Amino acid sequence: MKILVAISNVPDTTTKIQFTDGDTKFNGQGVTYVINPYDEWYALVRALELKEANLAEKVTLIHVGLADSEATIRKGLSLGADDAVRINTDGPDAFFVAEQIANYAKANSYELVLVGKETINYNGSSVGAIIAGLLDQPFVSLATKLEVAGNKITAEHEIDGGAQVVECDLPLVISCAKGMAEQRIPNMRGIMAARTKPLQVVEASNNNSLTTIKSYALNPGRTTCKMISEDNVDELVSLLHTEAKVI
Amino acid sequence: MSVLVYTEVSKGRVKKSSLECINYAANIAKQIGGSVTAIINNADASHCEEMGKAGATKILSVKNDSIKNDSMLITAMVEQAAKAEGSKVILFAFDVTGKAAAPRLSAKLNAGLVAGAIDFPVVNGSSFEVKKNVFSGKANATYVIHSDIKIISLLPNSFPVQLNGSAVAASDFNVDLSSVQSKIVVKEVKSNSGGGSIPLPEAELVVSAGRGLKGPENWKIVEDLATSLGATTACSRPVADMHWRPHHEHVGQTGVAIRPNLYIAIGISGAIQHLAGVNGSKTIVVINNDKEAPFFKSADYGIIGDAFTVLPKLTEAIKKFKSSQN
Amino acid sequence: MSGQLLDSQIGMSFQMSENQQMIADMIRKFGKDHILPKMMEWDESQEFPVEVFKKLGELGLMGVLVPTEYGGSGFSYTEYVTAITELGSICGSIALSMAAHNSLCTGHILAFGNEEQKKKYLPKLASAEWIGAWGLTEANTGSDAMRMKCVAKKEGDYWVLNGTKNWITHGITGNVAVVLARTGELLDSHGITAFIVERGTPGFKGGKKENKLGMRASETAELIFEDCKIHKSQVLGNIGDGFVQAMKVLDGGRISIAALSLGIAKGALNASIKYAKERQQFGQPIANFQAIAFKIADMATEYEAAELLTFQAADLKNKGKKMTKESAFAKYYASEVAVKVSTEAVQIFGGYGYTKDFPVEKFYRDSKLCTIGEGTSEIQKLVIARELLKD
Repeated sequence: MKILVAISNVPDTTTKIQFTDGDTKFNGQGVTYVINPYDEWYALVRALELKEANLAEKVTLIHVGLADSEATIRKGLSLGADDAVRINTDGPDAFFVAEQIANYAKANSYELVLVGKETINYNGSSVGAIIAGLLDQPFVSLATKLEVAGNKITAEHEIDGGAQVVECDLPLVISCAKGMAEQRIPNMRGIMAARTKPLQVVEASNNNSLTTIKSYALNPGRTTCKMISEDNVDELVSLLHTEAKVI
Repeated sequence: MSVLVYTEVSKGRVKKSSLECINYAANIAKQIGGSVTAIINNADASHCEEMGKAGATKILSVKNDSIKNDSMLITAMVEQAAKAEGSKVILFAFDVTGKAAAPRLSAKLNAGLVAGAIDFPVVNGSSFEVKKNVFSGKANATYVIHSDIKIISLLPNSFPVQLNGSAVAASDFNVDLSSVQSKIVVKEVKSNSGGGSIPLPEAELVVSAGRGLKGPENWKIVEDLATSLGATTACSRPVADMHWRPHHEHVGQTGVAIRPNLYIAIGISGAIQHLAGVNGSKTIVVINNDKEAPFFKSADYGIIGDAFTVLPKLTEAIKKFKSSQN
Repeated sequence: MSGQLLDSQIGMSFQMSENQQMIADMIRKFGKDHILPKMMEWDESQEFPVEVFKKLGELGLMGVLVPTEYGGSGFSYTEYVTAITELGSICGSIALSMAAHNSLCTGHILAFGNEEQKKKYLPKLASAEWIGAWGLTEANTGSDAMRMKCVAKKEGDYWVLNGTKNWITHGITGNVAVVLARTGELLDSHGITAFIVERGTPGFKGGKKENKLGMRASETAELIFEDCKIHKSQVLGNIGDGFVQAMKVLDGGRISIAALSLGIAKGALNASIKYAKERQQFGQPIANFQAIAFKIADMATEYEAAELLTFQAADLKNKGKKMTKESAFAKYYASEVAVKVSTEAVQIFGGYGYTKDFPVEKFYRDSKLCTIGEGTSEIQKLVIARELLKD
């Protein structure tokens, strides 16, 4: 079985978010980019574990983005992925990205596509389900456990008010959430090997743009915290009622 | 033309997030001059009343027990309803179901999707402008949906539900799932414990505690406060990782992202990953004995003090307030 | 794609390469999970955390410069400096141990061992299955190693070692040591030979462990040899080449200590910047006061200068060029900067800086080793002056 792991290139969690070009673009200047944590910690690491357990023969990374994201792709290779594909385009939305990935997965017969539960920059939680929809494959959303036996997977995933354990035959698409695997760090050999592992660059397969971003705005932060004495909790209750109007 | 809303029931009532979607659809219907059709599995009269009040003008009731929790089947059901109704705008809640079904439907219908909308759309000719949060709540982006069919999933608790409409009778809707062979076989369903309270993603009031509570045996004071408020309990990541509390209570970037009206954080320092999951809350109260806790910088109200003395006092104060309201 | 090349081979660059960034990132993550939680305990009890060492081996940090065919990571000094610096910015002791293991014991065998010795020892050392020690210094011969008392006498196919080495990193825990002993006349620079001595060799034992001001989690102890018989196959290079070998090893070792110094300075500087922005006095962050802001500006400038000197020496070393003077520049300057920056850091932290609740107290104590170990600042000046003034 071959696993395709979709990784996104995102600003590190601690990044100060700023916009440019009249608030129409994210300002990437001086920003540290990382693999989207859910893609890395959960999807990629679980894929690598499956390979190490001889349940998968190959783990390929796929990323839709321009050349400046190759450093991030190599981080994924340094963790142990066998090879990587970069679809050389900068897509406008999740649909576009998912379509590129779906086309590649189909053309190259990947039986399992893993994605993180969402990206920390666009938070759409959409790419995995769109890939599954385009491939007409089953989709397991927000999976916290994944086992593979031959041609069948068993997964536990979040549902409304709980979780359920499901079985499904390959091929399918799974979005991965906390519990799936633990974060790993690369080693020196992995870092060295990342420079020589295949990183194939493929041009975009089509250009379907259904949505675009018109503008960005920062959400106002909280400016002041009103401090209340611990001996005066009645004041807090009264403020929550009269000022914040939440109780 | 009707705006189609996917609607779910939980614990016998139409989910609040679904009623919000119906409200949202009504707003769109008003802007584009259409009606609101809600599709629901197994509606009863009380559901229909709630949906009608929220603004549904037509209710399609599907009677099919195999659909539950299977996003492939839900997608097929909504797709067939959209075709039957000629709907060009389709609404989901941005919850567990909506995150799986809305994008799948977008693939099936080649429809632009905005996942996690926070405000009503601005209709601009044939395109919609829809705002959603990005960068884990630090910013928002205005998306333009260009496609003919538009799908929006609405972030729960983005605005208060309005119930100004009137009850509507349901009409049966037959779905043909013969072409959709779901290969997913459910082996086991596990319900989250503490089933009495409102699930976290929908809760308006949340009381959350962290490592400052020192051990799982100390959670009673947190639960007492939550009970006094009618709030749902939550916890920080370390607390879930140490198994003091179940994982489904973990709020934050890797856990559940929530945006209640009131979030009370007790003994949680306020790491950036935690904030990313709760900074959409309307009002944040932080109780911490460390005056340097970074969370105070992201709070509306703060109390510097020991949880073990502050919480019982606050619980009493809430009870006193509640009884004065009655 | 130029993926086959190391960035350090492309030419001079003042920016961290992708490899360096990945290495730094890896060490930061490792330190957060495996060092920071117990660092102060080890410091307090002077415990050398062998398990951390083994984990560093798994990460490939114990054979950074060792070619991959010997089980190492196959990186250059550039990446090595980054690794030591990043580790030193977390914990000086662990970084010191890593530096000693890599550049002294492992480095000596790598540079001067024959094929058989390299095949036998390097894979074990690079994976940290074995921990390495290196013995040059003695109680009465620090910098004037040519007067060393430790002697080796030939007896058939064996050399018999007698004497004691002092201040040896991993003197007790080390599984293998490279030891310099006199095989010729006193003061003869060709009268010293290097031997590989394995733990368990009769007549070889660890001695007293030093109770130190700083670097307390790094083990410093005596190596004692009493009629210790070593087979001639354990001689590194030629008889009488030991002193010259040792000086070359120390040229590289100076880069290690410079990198370690950078690490301590970096840790102290970062802690100071964070604290100056958080600590409020007179209703504002102390960073707003020029007295503090200017200290930080000085600390940062000196740090950057020390870093440039260190990468210059590393670059020369990568190219196989002579770098005796440049490595001494780097070691001398960076170590003095480490002491100065960590001293200023304690000052910025004020009373808190004097307590063990904040990190700068440890940086302050650890920093002092840097101006002493592997040649004091004074010796570095001697080396520099000798290079500049010779005919």
